[in-house]
Amino acid sequence: MTNKQEFDERPEDMDGGMDIHQDMGYEEKKERKIVVPGEVIATGQNFLPGENTKRDGQNIIATRFGLLDIEERLTKVIPLSGTYIPRRGNVVIGKVVDITYNGWLIDIDSPYSSFLPIIECKGFVSKKDDLSLIYNYGEMVIAKVLGVKGKGVDLTTRERGFHNLEEGMIIRVNSNKVPRVIGKQGSMVNLIKEYTGCNIVVGQNGLIWVRGETIEAELLARDAITMITEKSFVEGLTDKVKEFLMSKTKNK
Amino acid sequence: MAYTKRFDGRKADEMREIEAKVGVVPRADGSAMFRFGDTVAIAAVYGPRHLHPQFLQNPRTGIIRCHYDMISFSVTDRKRPGPARRSQEISDVTARSLEPVLLLSQFPNTVIDVFINIVQADAGTRCAGINAASLALAHAGIPMTDLVGAISVGALGGSVVVDLTKEEEDYEEDGEKAATDIPMAFTLRDKKVSLLQLDGRVKPEHLKEALEVGRKASEKIYEIQKTALRGLK
Amino acid sequence: MELAEITKNRIKAYLAKGMRFDGRKPMEYREITIETGVSKKAEGSAKVRIGETEVWAGVKLGTSIPFGDSPASGTLMVTAEFSPMASEKFERGPPSIESIELARIVDRGIRESDLIDLDKLCIKEGEKVWTVFVDIYPINDAGNLADASALAAIVALKTAVFPEYENDKINFGVFTTKHLPLKAENFPFTMTFHKIGDHLIVDPTVEEEEAAETHLTISVSSSKKGEFVHAMQKAKDVTMTVEEVNSIIDNAVKEFKVIKAAFDKVK
Repeated sequence: MTNKQEFDERPEDMDGGMDIHQDMGYEEKKERKIVVPGEVIATGQNFLPGENTKRDGQNIIATRFGLLDIEERLTKVIPLSGTYIPRRGNVVIGKVVDITYNGWLIDIDSPYSSFLPIIECKGFVSKKDDLSLIYNYGEMVIAKVLGVKGKGVDLTTRERGFHNLEEGMIIRVNSNKVPRVIGKQGSMVNLIKEYTGCNIVVGQNGLIWVRGETIEAELLARDAITMITEKSFVEGLTDKVKEFLMSKTKNK
Repeated sequence: MAYTKRFDGRKADEMREIEAKVGVVPRADGSAMFRFGDTVAIAAVYGPRHLHPQFLQNPRTGIIRCHYDMISFSVTDRKRPGPARRSQEISDVTARSLEPVLLLSQFPNTVIDVFINIVQADAGTRCAGINAASLALAHAGIPMTDLVGAISVGALGGSVVVDLTKEEEDYEEDGEKAATDIPMAFTLRDKKVSLLQLDGRVKPEHLKEALEVGRKASEKIYEIQKTALRGLK
Repeated sequence: MELAEITKNRIKAYLAKGMRFDGRKPMEYREITIETGVSKKAEGSAKVRIGETEVWAGVKLGTSIPFGDSPASGTLMVTAEFSPMASEKFERGPPSIESIELARIVDRGIRESDLIDLDKLCIKEGEKVWTVFVDIYPINDAGNLADASALAAIVALKTAVFPEYENDKINFGVFTTKHLPLKAENFPFTMTFHKIGDHLIVDPTVEEEEAAETHLTISVSSSKKGEFVHAMQKAKDVTMTVEEVNSIIDNAVKEFKVIKAAFDKVK
């Protein structure tokens, strides 16, 4: 198989391109208000305290720095910053940092250590196999969070579309910006894929794998992603990103 | 002689010029600069992150660790680089003044490290540090129920004055130290005391007055902190 | 998390075409900004930014007993403190080998270029001389702390003044207008060259620094008599070819002018 053949067989496209990105993207409809911790965002029993908010007597206060979101009666704060805290079901990209007798220790850029046991590895693996031949030290992998307990996170790679990450490059963004990079129904990431021709896998933990036919294509995707993270609270961002991508691919 | 006119001409309840900015250390998870006049503090937050050694971990909650330091050339008499006992005390006191507002039970076994460097010192350093830390923690997305504001109030020569300079801290009458330094911190929306220290000799009624004056001054600090965070666009 | 191997391969492949991810050429520096007098209690201070990397340096003066073998010479002491504020990689505790190495590189550049006229720092021969303390504090590590630190140090020295000295005592906090005795044409300009595969770059980003196999720091000064090399230090691990070292020397002599241009703008 030549490189081009491998490249055309984008595994996640076989899945419709979206299974890998859980629909946790959103679109910016209007300019949002920035709130600070402790700020009163609603008063009275008519409102319900959602994510990153708390009831304090008659008031609902923000418990995190971020963008205010009030949808009907539900108040929440969309964070702009913060370490990645793993949740069950998250699709993440991690790095193999150690190999033990029964699995791989994976760094997913979170305060908790993550482990991929042999039984959760895709394909058929037995304890007698040389595990470094499946995932080697330093290799980047796509995995899903099976569960989070106490001190550790359990991972699995037994999912459709979880292919090996060969070639390409890794881009790192704050995990709170991931929904914007994905966009509603994947609209944003698909836009970037379309204009750059790149394979892109966005991990919920803020690690993004990009692979294109040329390094320039990958760097263009990277620049678009940087633009999204820097302007994540701007409205009409999808249009602005589209404009940017169009201007850079005009002559191609 | 009573201290009725301040060395720099400020009114008794007037703070020095305050300035605050977030994002000054891009590599950190959150960061901020806070200035009272000529006293400048920079704070950077890393965390929640893995905590080692393991015996320090708390399975029920994340913990906060503060590391306060004055850089060698921030003071007139060069401070040898490296840890100092005074720094250790201020580090602990800073952590305790911030703890009441932090919601860390969702991050068991982790640590949030707050590094505070005083890059220029003219009294009120621990307070500038606490203000910078409060901003840096919020900027880092740490869940908090409130912001924290700190101010040092002094009782000298029978007067209660806000935001002492070094000159005021060293104020003497008849060859004896005559200034009482009262650093204090408040939760800014809730207006509760989270830090209170005192060094000197003060009449109880002056102390109560100091608390009231400090609480009032913290309102302005709240505005500055909110503006610094909102200005991030 | 350290740089992924696949990204490192991309950096190398792109460099093979003479290009870097942020669009710079291999010998190109990010924007250099310099601010002086940033810490008023210091005899001299500077804040240098190269890209997002930020380093503060301060000069403090003190007095001490001279060394036995140079009873009429002042002394110089350079320290670097890597506050964990600047990078998640820095740990609290005693100075790391990296911070010691950085201090020594900066020290060597200043000492070997004979920048400070130490003989003019004598107060009383054999008894009392001035000591110049240069303290370096990285505040944000976005790659290339070495060059930012070295530049901050010489800027702080250039702008430093003596404190008032009266009745055998220093009046700290009271400054004179007298600058330190510096030999203006000896200012050393420090550049660190990083080897990534078969290519050399200057002013790496954090990613590029992690992709590099080794690096070499070189300090150059320029006077009417031409350019001189004052100090060199190669890092551990991987070897360099003689051709690579020669190429570094040639490039250093050409490219230090960018740093010098930023430096010369400082009053």
